[in-house]
Amino acid sequence: MKGIIFGLLSGLLFGIGLTISSMVDPKVVLGFLDLFGAWDPTLAFVMVGGLLVYLPFYHFYVKPKQHTIFGEPCDLPNKKNVDAKLVVGASLFGIGWGLSGICPGPAITNISGGVPGILLFVLAMLIGMMLASRVEKII
Amino acid sequence: MNDIYIQALVGGMVLGLGAALLMFTLGKIAGISGITFSAITSYSSTNLWRWAFLVGLIIAPIITAQFGYKLPTEAATGIPLLIIAGLLVGIGTKVGSGCTSGHGICGIGRFSKRSIIATITFMFTAFVTVFITHHLF
Repeated sequence: MKGIIFGLLSGLLFGIGLTISSMVDPKVVLGFLDLFGAWDPTLAFVMVGGLLVYLPFYHFYVKPKQHTIFGEPCDLPNKKNVDAKLVVGASLFGIGWGLSGICPGPAITNISGGVPGILLFVLAMLIGMMLASRVEKII
Repeated sequence: MNDIYIQALVGGMVLGLGAALLMFTLGKIAGISGITFSAITSYSSTNLWRWAFLVGLIIAPIITAQFGYKLPTEAATGIPLLIIAGLLVGIGTKVGSGCTSGHGICGIGRFSKRSIIATITFMFTAFVTVFITHHLF
């Protein structure tokens, strides 16, 4: 029950943030990625806003305490090394992001908008995630 | 300062708050690609929070629409390109263990070396891709 309530609330806040910051609009995202065009810094403000909250929260609460408000351990990534998978994966993701102006959060937040191209993007993204294990084998 | 930048800063803080709430209450990183992949590939009751999170994302714009913040009515590119882009985003975020949220916000916020390198990498290839598609063709 706790998972459903706080999962829903967190998702709602995240989606509201994406929507009021215009990150749901691929044109605004592409405006940021177009360094040599009419550059639009909006995305940078979103990242600064997000970090302004998350960075102090992590360093003053999560890092020293390592557990949730309910006393359960925080599930933090334990991988430390930079490997080929990380760099190849991030590179492919960046190409797809640059082609469309859409990353996973805004893609899912856009579902209720019903824009056919974005819905197809979401479907292709889910298929891509399923195919990823085959790509991983060749890296 | 321009209104849209203030909205972007406030919006960024709200999504940062969502990510912080998820860690504060459930101890999980708010990485949308990872949450999505796990939600669709493993069926167990420990996955319910992921589905709830995704439902929250999906219904959020219905709430913001009451205050005038609406979803776009069109994509910025044609359908064939969107399908290719979707596949690349799906494969890339899975292979690279994260996207703009998990690496870009949560990972950088944690000063994770992997996330900082991932973010620099996907920003760089995205800048190059947009340069090629917008200025060379």
